[in-house]
Amino acid sequence: MFIEAGDIDALARGCAVLGTGGGGEVSTEALVARQAIEQYGPVRLVTLDDLHDDDIVMPVGGIGAPSVSAEKIGSGDEVEFLRAAVEGILSLPVGALMAGEIGGGNGLYPIAAAARMGLPLVDGDGIGRAFPEVHMASMNVAGLMPEFVVVADERRNSVLIRPIDGKWAELLARAVTEVFGGSAAMADYVMPVSRARGAIIEGTVSQALRIGRAVLSATNPVAALVEAVGAVKLIEGKVADVERHTAGGFVRGSVVVEGYGPDAGRLVRVEIQNENLVALEDGAVLACVPDLITLVDSQSADAVATEVVRYGQRVAILAFPCAPIWRTPRGIEIAGPRAFGYDFDYVPMEAGHGVQA
Amino acid sequence: MAFRLDLRLGIDVGGTHTDAVILDRDNVVVAKTKQPTSLDVTTGVRAAIAAVIAQPGVDRERISHVMLGTTHATNAVLERRRLHSVAVLRVGAPSSVAVRPLFGWPADLVAAIGGHAEIVRGGYEYDGREIVAFDAEATRAFFTSVKGEVEAVAISAVFSPMFATHELAAAVIAREVLGADIIVSLSHEIGSLGLLARENATVLNAALTEVAREVATALTTSLQEHGIDASVLFAQNDGTLMALDYAVRFPILTIGSGPANSIRGAAFLTGRTDALVADVGGTSTDFGMLVNGFPRESTSAVDIGGVSTNFRMPDVLAIALGGGTIVRQTPTGVELGPDSVGYRLPSEALSFGGSTPTVTDAAVQAGRATIGTMPAPAGHERALSSALDIVDSMIADAVDRMKLGKGDVALIVVGGGSVLIPESIPGVSQVLRPDHYDVANAIGAAIAQVSGRWDEVVSMAPGRTRVIEAACAQARARAIEAGADPEHIEIVEIDEIPLAYLTEPVARISVKAVGPLGRL
Repeated sequence: MFIEAGDIDALARGCAVLGTGGGGEVSTEALVARQAIEQYGPVRLVTLDDLHDDDIVMPVGGIGAPSVSAEKIGSGDEVEFLRAAVEGILSLPVGALMAGEIGGGNGLYPIAAAARMGLPLVDGDGIGRAFPEVHMASMNVAGLMPEFVVVADERRNSVLIRPIDGKWAELLARAVTEVFGGSAAMADYVMPVSRARGAIIEGTVSQALRIGRAVLSATNPVAALVEAVGAVKLIEGKVADVERHTAGGFVRGSVVVEGYGPDAGRLVRVEIQNENLVALEDGAVLACVPDLITLVDSQSADAVATEVVRYGQRVAILAFPCAPIWRTPRGIEIAGPRAFGYDFDYVPMEAGHGVQA
Repeated sequence: MAFRLDLRLGIDVGGTHTDAVILDRDNVVVAKTKQPTSLDVTTGVRAAIAAVIAQPGVDRERISHVMLGTTHATNAVLERRRLHSVAVLRVGAPSSVAVRPLFGWPADLVAAIGGHAEIVRGGYEYDGREIVAFDAEATRAFFTSVKGEVEAVAISAVFSPMFATHELAAAVIAREVLGADIIVSLSHEIGSLGLLARENATVLNAALTEVAREVATALTTSLQEHGIDASVLFAQNDGTLMALDYAVRFPILTIGSGPANSIRGAAFLTGRTDALVADVGGTSTDFGMLVNGFPRESTSAVDIGGVSTNFRMPDVLAIALGGGTIVRQTPTGVELGPDSVGYRLPSEALSFGGSTPTVTDAAVQAGRATIGTMPAPAGHERALSSALDIVDSMIADAVDRMKLGKGDVALIVVGGGSVLIPESIPGVSQVLRPDHYDVANAIGAAIAQVSGRWDEVVSMAPGRTRVIEAACAQARARAIEAGADPEHIEIVEIDEIPLAYLTEPVARISVKAVGPLGRL
């Protein structure tokens, strides 16, 4: 299967939904991807079974502040710099690219590079959604180490990081990114196909495409989205309060949605650290990480990103299940509510109606 | 002075009508008129001026200011007409080349503006460092290559809203190569962060300069012909005014001024600062929210003629319901519109002896309105009654979607079709129907204030209070520059958005200051 220029709109919508408020802005990355496909041709989407066991998969993505990357767009060459660095380290050719995270603009990030370099794109990613930190990856859950991380900018600068664990990878990559000007390209968890099996979340590119197509062809986009991802609509209403502040390099805060129509009289609060982490009603957890919580426009079902959500916006809050690997004990340890500083245990969204936090 | 300068002339160009009003020093309506909007827009504006100053009590020598809210710029973009050929320069390589300028634009619009574009090295990081040095030579080569083929230049550089030096340097080269008179639009003067959307707006702005000059000339000529010697101001998308020379430099800011004028006009006519406003026209009704005396702004990106820009426009919810909306009986029940008899209401509606049932007829039957020339013929009673139920539920739904908070809000109703709106609506505390509701938009233009906006990314290290105070001072200075009375400037909006993934506390601060016109 190939990703054509005409698929990008649907894919971008799907990635935004899976971004759960973060993962970077999709509109610019969608233009980057479309221009590259128009210039260099469509991108071949492959499963791990289509590749050889020792083919090297290079997960890539943008790192930095979305507001910086909306202003300072990439050169399109960064992933080539990353590949050159990675191939130099491994003395092996890169066989396929993959999105480090499918959520947000990062889900589209490898497409332009894959088109330019003629490399296939793996139908999968390392998160199945978006998460704020490097160590919050399914590869880490599966026991893989980010043995090295490469960060590159548009000037051909690149930095090789050899961290002792995922948390250090995060700290060092973030420091380098700031020196680069607040946005950069990054490759981490570079691995052969044999190790990617069971460690990546497969099928997420097709899933994003399916979500986008369902929404685009629907007369009731929100209902179509709910069906496409198996979501529960937690509430539909207006954003009644937005509180955002920066702490430790992240946007933290909360969004309160006040219901209207059938939800009149209800208030649901979503707590944020770049991504939407927890949905609460009257102190009870409706849904929490690692399950996905997405705010969408109540008319168009377009996902609403953390940095643009505004008072008065009319939205629906949807919750849907994360990939099974995140529901393992180690998955919950790495990206469950306690990993984000909450003092309560993970509540699967299917059960999350009335569990006291 | 032999006579007093105490009258203002407000003009608003709408889809169907061009309205003009004369207000006195106390904002009392001295005269008003509604004229059909002409295809070229300008003829309708001239007709409205002629009609309103011909009315009794209007001493044209006393007119001090003329305020125009117009659709010239919008129409020019939508119709791809009278647009300048533009040289588009982006300063930012080696960054920002993954999407070329004008990528994603409709092909006919690219053709209409010539499609000349180049990206050269330069631009800034968010913290003020250069990405790389500005490439003056490549800039000169690009402008030389398009000499004789372009009438305007649009220059955008990465992070120019914070650091404009590279844009200014490129502008100097543009004037050296293409002549001192070449039209130059610089992105840092037009939009905020978000390179592609700001660049798009800058290109449209440059392309629209000719249209803006034509309107300005037509208006000043028309005023001179009528012996009116007044300062001319243009309404902009946030409900405030800009001076004529500013409107010629920034014609893109006139796009979206119509809804802003109607909301501001409704505020003035009722004395309210917070309310919901319904502007009921012939084919549609626009709901807007008046917050703190100004229109609430939309959160989504604004698309102008197929081009994505980052302008803030009034948050308007438009529903396909106007005075002329047609009522149809179908086998499954009654349906409304979305088509309308529009300006033909006084000949086609049942209440005027016509044969088309409209929602206005439904309002007349129910006693909400007493317009028309004759009762509707028998046989339509049930359909019209069902139609009115649908009207009421559409309005109730729109009210519910627009308003915030649990409390009820006041609803101000303006526009020609306002008889449709019932007295009792769920969630609405009272329905206000001010005098002169039919020309609220032109009044909104005439009473508008002058604004200044400051929107940049700044380090919060000096402390939040100091940073915000400095931002407010900048916004005030810009309002004064645009003609506001320094004594009465107010800060009406402060927006603070922290930037993620940076360890230094950095935030985007946006401040808007407004004040009444000076020298009134």
